[in-house]
Amino acid sequence: MRIPRGLRPLAESLAAVFLGFMAGGVLVWAFGHSPLAVYRALLVGAFGSREDLLETLAFATPLLLTALTFAVGVRAGLFNIGAEGQVYLGAVGAAFVAGSLPLPPGVHLLMATLAGMTAGALWALVPAVLKAWRGVHEVISTIMCNWIALYLSMYLAIHFLAEPGRAERTIPALPTARYPVLSEESTLTAVLFVAVGFALLVYAVLWGTRMGYELRLAGENPDAARYAGVRPERVVVLSLAIGGTAAGLAGASQVIGRPPAWSLYATLGNVATLGFDGIGVALVGRNHPLGAVLAAILFGALTQGGRLMEYEVGVLSELVRALNGIVVFAMAVPELWNLVRGRLIR
Amino acid sequence: MRGRRWLGWAAGVLLAAAVVPLLGRVGLSPVSLLETGLLAMTPLALAAVGECLNEKAGLVNIGLEAIFLITATAGVWFAELGRSGYVGLLGGMMAGALLGLGLGAVSVYGRADQIIAGIGLNVFALGFVPFLLISLWAFPGVHVFPNELMVPRLRTPIGQVSPVTLGAVAAAVLAHLLLHRTVLGFRIRAAGERPEAVDVAGLRVDRLRLLTATVGGALAGLGGAFLPLSWFGALVKEISAGRGFIALACVVFAGLEPLMALGAALLFGLADGFASAVAVTPGVKERVPFYFVSMIPYALTLAVVAAVIGRRRFPSTVGRPYVRK
Repeated sequence: MRIPRGLRPLAESLAAVFLGFMAGGVLVWAFGHSPLAVYRALLVGAFGSREDLLETLAFATPLLLTALTFAVGVRAGLFNIGAEGQVYLGAVGAAFVAGSLPLPPGVHLLMATLAGMTAGALWALVPAVLKAWRGVHEVISTIMCNWIALYLSMYLAIHFLAEPGRAERTIPALPTARYPVLSEESTLTAVLFVAVGFALLVYAVLWGTRMGYELRLAGENPDAARYAGVRPERVVVLSLAIGGTAAGLAGASQVIGRPPAWSLYATLGNVATLGFDGIGVALVGRNHPLGAVLAAILFGALTQGGRLMEYEVGVLSELVRALNGIVVFAMAVPELWNLVRGRLIR
Repeated sequence: MRGRRWLGWAAGVLLAAAVVPLLGRVGLSPVSLLETGLLAMTPLALAAVGECLNEKAGLVNIGLEAIFLITATAGVWFAELGRSGYVGLLGGMMAGALLGLGLGAVSVYGRADQIIAGIGLNVFALGFVPFLLISLWAFPGVHVFPNELMVPRLRTPIGQVSPVTLGAVAAAVLAHLLLHRTVLGFRIRAAGERPEAVDVAGLRVDRLRLLTATVGGALAGLGGAFLPLSWFGALVKEISAGRGFIALACVVFAGLEPLMALGAALLFGLADGFASAVAVTPGVKERVPFYFVSMIPYALTLAVVAAVIGRRRFPSTVGRPYVRK
């Protein structure tokens, strides 16, 4: 079986996703559930009706953004797994402006969105600076920053932003700072367009500007980049800042772009794990902004379908995250693809 | 570089010496601090020592966090099955060895990107462990097991010490001797530095690397099972709380030397013990928000890695698959 060169990345992604589903099937079967029932519930839950489809897109929106965080890092040769913490602080930043600063309509929404993006970017600068000037490996620094961000965000949410009488969440965003809901049947808001627009912008920057070219060159061939005069510190700071902005927007999208709470929970329950889930989305999307859009819809569907799976089959929706991990694992192994192809040819 | 490291150690010791009397003034007992510190040191030291061996042979395992999570769960399951905490520790160790072997095989034979494979394992554990908790015990997020399954602690002059802690110290010493005093250790180091020379000498690079990956996984697995069975007395879905990454920081800090890794683990363990002690001390806990106390181990890891380590040389082939030409 021959696959045209251009379609190979797509085929590899599909193979990895397929493998993830197979392994997930074995997993639920091992604990006495029917894989068929599980996957049927996933499919129906994600695409069964118009409202399910819209809800799938609502789940895909933040995943697309956190996938961009990881993807831009990998393009620059970095493993930024700090989207998680950047999402938390983005949500705090957006919650602060949206909930406690009365501003005129339009301006308020814009400022709240920018506050989330800025907070995410600033938090990403910590590992960026440590990497650029001290050589601290970003995998360790971003993970430590994630934990610090967790406690910092909980502290800020509870001590400064809590709604009086309801300590479990922050003050809800004022109506002037809320993205319009697109359809009464789902939680999808216009923030979806902002996310897709941001992905297109990242695409344009990476493939259309000198800055983006330098970033990609540094990721693909650091030696050549150094010869060409690309400063590695600049690449590190730039890629992490873009990633942090995307993650911050993801956090903001859950506060000012997601009914019904329009606020950040003190447990961070409505933003937690978005950052980690984005890693799988990025890899399946081949670290490409446009691929990330498609992959985000796939994983958004898994999350939305997972809710029906939990309800109908009684399998915890966290299984979806395990599937995500298996897919990431499969994407790491180039020989796997050769193995599969070898079998197909014989 | 060497001078810097000693400077770091000296600063750490001075800091500890200054902190102890201060603790006395607010009513913290140094003995209980040391007890908690040693408990917190144990999983870090076990995983870090194993990872030192693994990285010396040329592989990187950033999935330690996942191994902690999975083996903590497996450890409790085996303990309940065998009605003994020791069986649980052994079970966790076996599960860890299997995970380490699996990751090693994927790295060696699948030529995987080891960082991405490790991230995959971590993401997998994040979803798999809650799924496992509810599949095994039908209760989400937390499982409290019978108290008699706890591995008893030994009474010593410096407080109660878990036998696993002694095992961690022994593992560090043995790993040091293995690496620097035996032929096998020489070969392991060569597999990381000059795999082609090892190959030409007629030795199997793949087997050496699989061996260290398995041993590293087993040690991390013992550390994972230790968390519920000899320390917390219960299993929660986020039981490892970033310790797998702190262990990696210990490895970097130690420059891949097992004895240094033990020291680094003790330093981080004491910081962790300090945080837990502050969080429950009357008079202090009201004034310092719990959230900031909880940050201490992570902030310290970040600060130490940034201040003391900087750039450090690793075996020339670390993280890169060996391809026979």
